[in-house]
Amino acid sequence: MTPEPSTGPSNGASKGHSAELSTSGLRVQFATRGGRVARALDGADLVLRAGEVVALVGESGSGKTTLARSLVGLTAPAAGEIRWEGKALERSGRGLKRLRRQVQLVLQDPSGALNPRHTVYESVAEGLRIHKLVSGSGRTEAELVAQALSSAGLRPPEALFLRYPHELSGGQRQRVLIAGALAVSPKLLIADEPVSSLDASIRGEILALLLKLREELGLGVLVVTHDLGLAWNIADRIAVMYLGRIVETGPTEEVLTSPQHPYTQALLSVIPEVERLEPVVLTGEIPDPTRIPPGCRFHPRCPALASGEASGVADACRGTALPILSGDPGGHRCSCHLVSSREVVSS
Amino acid sequence: MTTETTPEATGTAAPDAALLAIRDLHVTYATGEGGLPAVRGVDLTVARGQIVGVAGESGCGKSTLASTVLRLQPPSATVSGQVLFDGRDVLAMRWGELRAVRWAGASIVFQGALHSLNPVHRIGAQLAEPMHIHQPGLDEARVTERVAELLDQVGMAPERAKSYPHQLSGGQKQRVMIAMALACDPELVVADEPTTALDVMVQAQVLNVLSELVRGRGVGMMMISHDLSVLADLCDRITVMYAGRVIEEGPADQVFAAPLHPYSGALSAAFPRVGDPAARFAPAGLPGDPPDPRNLTEGCSFAPRCPRAAPVCLHDEPGLVAYDDRAAACVRIGEPDLEAR
Amino acid sequence: MTDIGAPRLSTRQLARRRRAASYRRTWKAFAAKRSGLVGLGILVFFIVVALGAPVLASSRGLDVTLANGPVLGPPSSHYVLGTDENGRSVLTLLIWGSRISLFVGLAATVISMVIGTLLGLVSGYFGGWIGRITFRITEWFLVIPFLPLAIALAAVLGRGLFNIVIVIGVTSWPSTALLIRSQTLSIKERAYIERAEAIGAGRWHQMGRHVLPNVMPMVFANTTLTVAAAVLTETTLSFLGLGDPTHTSWGTMLDSAYQVGAITTGSWWYVIPPGVCVVLVVLAFTMIGQALEEVLNPRLRARQ
Repeated sequence: MTPEPSTGPSNGASKGHSAELSTSGLRVQFATRGGRVARALDGADLVLRAGEVVALVGESGSGKTTLARSLVGLTAPAAGEIRWEGKALERSGRGLKRLRRQVQLVLQDPSGALNPRHTVYESVAEGLRIHKLVSGSGRTEAELVAQALSSAGLRPPEALFLRYPHELSGGQRQRVLIAGALAVSPKLLIADEPVSSLDASIRGEILALLLKLREELGLGVLVVTHDLGLAWNIADRIAVMYLGRIVETGPTEEVLTSPQHPYTQALLSVIPEVERLEPVVLTGEIPDPTRIPPGCRFHPRCPALASGEASGVADACRGTALPILSGDPGGHRCSCHLVSSREVVSS
Repeated sequence: MTTETTPEATGTAAPDAALLAIRDLHVTYATGEGGLPAVRGVDLTVARGQIVGVAGESGCGKSTLASTVLRLQPPSATVSGQVLFDGRDVLAMRWGELRAVRWAGASIVFQGALHSLNPVHRIGAQLAEPMHIHQPGLDEARVTERVAELLDQVGMAPERAKSYPHQLSGGQKQRVMIAMALACDPELVVADEPTTALDVMVQAQVLNVLSELVRGRGVGMMMISHDLSVLADLCDRITVMYAGRVIEEGPADQVFAAPLHPYSGALSAAFPRVGDPAARFAPAGLPGDPPDPRNLTEGCSFAPRCPRAAPVCLHDEPGLVAYDDRAAACVRIGEPDLEAR
Repeated sequence: MTDIGAPRLSTRQLARRRRAASYRRTWKAFAAKRSGLVGLGILVFFIVVALGAPVLASSRGLDVTLANGPVLGPPSSHYVLGTDENGRSVLTLLIWGSRISLFVGLAATVISMVIGTLLGLVSGYFGGWIGRITFRITEWFLVIPFLPLAIALAAVLGRGLFNIVIVIGVTSWPSTALLIRSQTLSIKERAYIERAEAIGAGRWHQMGRHVLPNVMPMVFANTTLTVAAAVLTETTLSFLGLGDPTHTSWGTMLDSAYQVGAITTGSWWYVIPPGVCVVLVVLAFTMIGQALEEVLNPRLRARQ
């Protein structure tokens, strides 16, 4: 299949499930020392489609990186299902390889993620060779590598063919990683903290690149980050995670300007220089994924519960578990007893 | 309105009352391939009870600046200028005096603090270490009491003194580092990227701790970060560094909201404000990379990346010019944008 | 899409040039170390002697039936290093002995490195029962005392040149395997391995394209040190009487010298020269190995 740029944001075929990666009820567990089980991901429904940028936001321990890695099969789920283009994902070597041809992961640390003994050319060509994309494409390997490097903003691409990672700057390495992912012409790109290790002044360029990939190539992008400002900058939709669950999801503008969930509200309030909200600094650390609180997992730290605002539903917060939030891309949804009770009242 | 060009004279405390006064500091590292100029003529002042932010990215010299305050740069480095701590020049001090200043006068919270804790010693022992060094007569009961006090001040339970570093989270380790910096009741704390690797909520907790400690005790603080929004929130004044020099200085909120120098503008825009419609789908960044101190260009070091560079910028390196209570080093401030890129 | 046109040199050629340039740089770094050069010099000397043995000393000098020198005669103008108990020239024995000692050392090392690297890679890279079993095998061999095992094997296989090679190869691979295993374990965790997996690489691709090239430098440095050990081991085994009686090596010379009481008769020319040669060769390989290790491991270099 020849890679070709699309003209509009979505280049899927007319099938309803084209170029769509979805999970339902995904759970990932790790055994820890001491015999306890850490529920790193405790039930997530997420839908990713070509042509849109989704931000997966959360702090460390929220499960966002685990979710991203499970999407490309690097971590095996304990429960739940991943579907690609409507069909359940085969966890065989071949099935995963086929998935990885379409869904590419760009790892977090650009200096570690490139083999120091491989030149830029070899790193970018690796995907082409593994998936045998050169024969049948009508172009040489060098041309495809050059195209991928150009799409990632590295021009002229030939000047970088024989460089080694340690000869490049942080921004260039990140672009090489992105080029390596683009070389196989995926439909979806998952970027784990794409700019967190880069200098401030060059972040904008990498983010602009991700947006450009959506515009020009119709890629879907999932950006995993702890930075709400980044989500505001480039995401169409946002999903906020806490302790293994998605607690709020919806269009970025809505979620970040009128957050419903107390956790989202607290996160927004503490961003420096955001003056709209009174800072609510949550006490304590994110609790242990081996000891998830009963009921709503946020209730021990919930400012609404502590302040009495949620007194009407306090028993539910402490005792009743919340269902997994639907992954349906439309609409602004929130997983909170207080918010649900308000909706009931207002409807 | 002053017309002098030193930021000291542009609104900070009078030099005599300054806790820390750095004057015309030059630091050059010796490498196999010749000298590497890390700091090229920096002036900075911190008064008691004041928080001064130093903003910049990799290669701008900010970490070198921090380590020079305690004369911690490698012996092969060439240093010139003055670092006046309470009126005495740290660079000219004798060993005994310097040792007293280190930690008891001024202390540093290092960058990458997550790796600065010794993994084989308990937290309590590491917190007690500076006390044993500087106050050797102190009895054990008092030391234990003090350790518990310090942990409490940074919001951690006293029982944590028995933990090993690997049992703590990133935010907790960072707070331990801050507690360690306060162990000997210093007058000045230098914090080098204290919240960089931390989550937003933990960052808020740590910044709260820093701010309370500084304000409550009249300690002076020099805080280094590449995140201008964090600095704007916490600091009184901000100094922006680029390629070893100061390119802007002024009150924190002004530097963040209305930067004079194009680089400060870029740094400010790099962390978009949530809720600002202008920042939706408009990531702002600079082309190129932060400058390599080994290959500095002639003229303004920012010119290769500057959206407002004019031909004159390629020849002359601009000096710091005062504008009321602020200062900036750019010849194009106030000029209309003749060459929009 | 932009047509890149034909670059003046193809990517392959450019890559080859770069590799040549990098070899040249490695050589320059190596040559900068005196110890490495000295070691290399000694080694080259012995290799030349070994290869040029037919030229330097006629092979007939080894034939016991043709020997007509004095028994254990001291060095004289005719026999520069004296004679052995059969009247053969010790110098001739020394020259021809270098062949066997070096050959056995190198051949045994090849076997040892191949087994050791393979098992080290497998036990390091694969988890699960494959990794565990190979590691147990390595540990088992490591724990068995070397000399009794070598003696037992030699007794079983019988005395012979190739048997000695096998004995040494089979008993010295565990330490290599352990080293390679720990290096593999640390490389396995690197982010670029994960990236390869995320791109779609299978296990063999990851091992061959990513793990192995990063392990190779350690393999090289380890090889030279292994050769030193192998030469010493051959000498030891031959001295103990397990060597091949039909081929003279420095070890068999020492064995014969011991048997005929060369030390008590004061026939130093029979004992010292082979001993010195062994020491020199082992020293040479060790110096080369250490210099190589410093050159190939940039972290060691940076400390200077």
